Amino acid sequence: MVLQSSLKNCLQLSCIFRTPKAGFRSTTSGGLIIQSVSNDVYQNLAVEDWIHDHMNLDNLRVLFLWRNSPAVVIGRHQNPWQECNLRLLRQKNIKLARRKSGGGTVYHDLGNINLTFFTTRKKYERMENLKLVVKALKALRPQLDVRVTERYDILLDRQYKISGTAAKLGRTTAYHHCTLLCNADKRVLSSVLKSPYNGIKSNATPSVPASVKNLFEEDPSLTCEMLLDAIAEEYAMQHQIDHRITLINPADETLLPGINNKTKELQTWEWVYGKTPKFSVSTCFNMFYKDTVLDIKVDMDVKHGRIEVCNIDLPEQWLPPALCSELVKSLTGSKFCPNETAALVATLLRVCPQDDELHSRWNLLCENMIMLM
Amino acid sequence: MAAVTALRSSCRAAGRLVCIHRVRSCSSIRFIKSKYVCVFDKSAFKFSHQQRLFRTSAVSHGQIVQFKLSDIGEGITEVTVKEWYIKEGDSVSQFDSICEVQSDKASVTITSRYDGIIRKLHYNLDEIAYVGKPLVDIEIDASKGVAPEEDVVETPPMSHEEHTHQEIKGHKTLATPAVRRLAMENNIKLSEVVGTGKDNRILKEDILNYLAKQTGAILPPSPKAEIIPPLPKSETVPAAPKDKAHKIPVPFSRPVVFSGKDKTEPITGFHKAMVKTMSAALKIPHFGYCDEIDLTQLVQLREELKPLAQVRGVKLSFMPFFIKAASLGLLQYPVLNASLDESCQNVTYKASHNIGVAMDTEQGLIVPNVKNVQVCSVFEIASELNRLQSLGSAGQLGTNDLTGGTFTLSNIGTIGGTYAKPVILPPEVAIGALGKIQVLPRFNGKGEVFKAQIMNVSWSADHRIIDGATMARFSNLWKSYLENPASMLLDLK
Repeated sequence: MVLQSSLKNCLQLSCIFRTPKAGFRSTTSGGLIIQSVSNDVYQNLAVEDWIHDHMNLDNLRVLFLWRNSPAVVIGRHQNPWQECNLRLLRQKNIKLARRKSGGGTVYHDLGNINLTFFTTRKKYERMENLKLVVKALKALRPQLDVRVTERYDILLDRQYKISGTAAKLGRTTAYHHCTLLCNADKRVLSSVLKSPYNGIKSNATPSVPASVKNLFEEDPSLTCEMLLDAIAEEYAMQHQIDHRITLINPADETLLPGINNKTKELQTWEWVYGKTPKFSVSTCFNMFYKDTVLDIKVDMDVKHGRIEVCNIDLPEQWLPPALCSELVKSLTGSKFCPNETAALVATLLRVCPQDDELHSRWNLLCENMIMLM
Repeated sequence: MAAVTALRSSCRAAGRLVCIHRVRSCSSIRFIKSKYVCVFDKSAFKFSHQQRLFRTSAVSHGQIVQFKLSDIGEGITEVTVKEWYIKEGDSVSQFDSICEVQSDKASVTITSRYDGIIRKLHYNLDEIAYVGKPLVDIEIDASKGVAPEEDVVETPPMSHEEHTHQEIKGHKTLATPAVRRLAMENNIKLSEVVGTGKDNRILKEDILNYLAKQTGAILPPSPKAEIIPPLPKSETVPAAPKDKAHKIPVPFSRPVVFSGKDKTEPITGFHKAMVKTMSAALKIPHFGYCDEIDLTQLVQLREELKPLAQVRGVKLSFMPFFIKAASLGLLQYPVLNASLDESCQNVTYKASHNIGVAMDTEQGLIVPNVKNVQVCSVFEIASELNRLQSLGSAGQLGTNDLTGGTFTLSNIGTIGGTYAKPVILPPEVAIGALGKIQVLPRFNGKGEVFKAQIMNVSWSADHRIIDGATMARFSNLWKSYLENPASMLLDLK
């Protein structure tokens, strides 16, 4: 059984972290297992970032265990519009986060566990970590058919993906993290990870879709806690370290100075959406107005999440050309964001001629434009 | 060495690069590290180089080093360049991030090994970079030389009080040469400075913060000799004014370092639209009318009704009452719910009372409106407000909610303030700003002082079609409904 020590033991951590004093004292030899008490995806990602930036891992390795309330996490160089259904996320209040490691998009909820293996850059070895996880699973339930693939996935019954991997390498430290599906909501998973946006052309890293399965479906007696304990136990055994798990509060500024700034940064629009590699949207849609169907063509270039170039092809004279060009001019430089666009078009409407017919056409066009975002 | 000195002084005078062939002739001299001379390997002394490097500017000219992409691990030979953090011409310090590359689900941050200026990027975005091949060309500062590849080991500071060499046990402090020089000049031990840069690197700001803490607030001595400046906290402070009896104040020579810079950003998107709207609003001749409302009875009424609304799942604030009272007032004074066309030829009296409520969101000010208040009950208005507020905070308000308003109320009092001067939002003709509710002493009919809940309202209206009397009467009617809520019952439809 793995003991969970109290928050008091966390204070030991301050000795292991780099201090400006000469040298540093390490109270644990070789390894540390920590678990987050928070389910906030941004806080947990901030902890990863903090450890990566501030801990001296020359003689230390760390295993970080964490779980999140419903969130979609995209890789560092991905395009959220391409990867998930942003409308659905907003409706269901599911958070969107961009992590600092590469790789593809994943859906997290409390039925999914996350494991991060921190080492010094020289000891970065993903296969070993994944084999450790498989070993732990087999030790827990020997009948489980789980194996690691060359793409660093873990497959159940040779066809279902139960774990995906990503990694981040810095100058002196590196981390490898992976998910593990225990009892996640598969319906929500598949619906949020399907993008409804058409016509996106981008060099962003695409995700490779895979069929997934929960370990719970294979063996209903398994819980997330059991998996976490088993993996921690295996890690402790393999690296000959103390198997006790230290609990960490990602909001504790005294333990992790600067963590709240990191958490805030991860939530900014500039990070989540603004870091999307340059892409273009080229799409047509039909607009139904009174008894006519109109063909509208829209072309946009989006860089740093902002519309660089915008082109709207409307039937002639459907909207006064001056108004059209005003819309295009205002959209240029604006965020590719439905909220911003809605506020923008509503404000622009105030300085237009006050004509009900005009207003309803304008609203129809703008609603459709917003649907693209 | 005399030849070298002569060389140096001559180049200072000329302000030009020294001819290399002169250096060659003095073969006994070691490499000269003067600002105006290029540092080269002996093998690089070629006549042809002179032409390329002879410049008339006084810019220090250094060696171009090709920084190669180092091993990523796991046998990876190629990566994709995903983001550049620097561009050609930028100066970098050792350990600054240069770019982000990706390989097989791993994102790698490549940091600079040298201090210098970026001269060439070998790859564009999304191109494949190869391990072992050059990634960027960095021009290294000649005066500093090529930085070693290992972490920089701290050297003990020289102090005029003759501190002996401090022994630091195998401690590696990360700091660029410029920072180390600054520390040395100020007699600071790097091991005592808290580094806030990446990997706990000590930055220039950290040295300055350390200095600020050490010296405290030391004031220059005033003309009156009796006033003694506060004592400095440690002895390492250089040159505290010693002669306190001096009548002339000696200005303290510590340089004030303010590293803030102006930041210019383009106005885009929503803000650009606001600029347009507000410029149009400026064209409207505004007049203001303010008053104070005694909400004592309304406060009591709301307390009674709050739990009833809660049972029905709606949060009841004061706004639904303000909105409904405004609508009742507009029924009597429809000109306040009108719109003037651009040429000021026609006034359109709007049939619907779509009362906008100003909301402060991340974007800034947005004004969703409650449609057709004239046929809504206070409860319905409250529930609609709840819906708009939750959509607003989630950033999901649609164009339908944001357009079509005919009259606006702005509850700035939730943030603070009493009186305001609101700006009319075209195409409307009137707007009201509500201050905060304060508990103030007032006299009642019997001449007694009682506790009153007072709120101030500030109206602005378009003087082209609305006159002061109309505004005053509307305000009085609105005020009477709120001061005596039971009177609303008579006129509710």
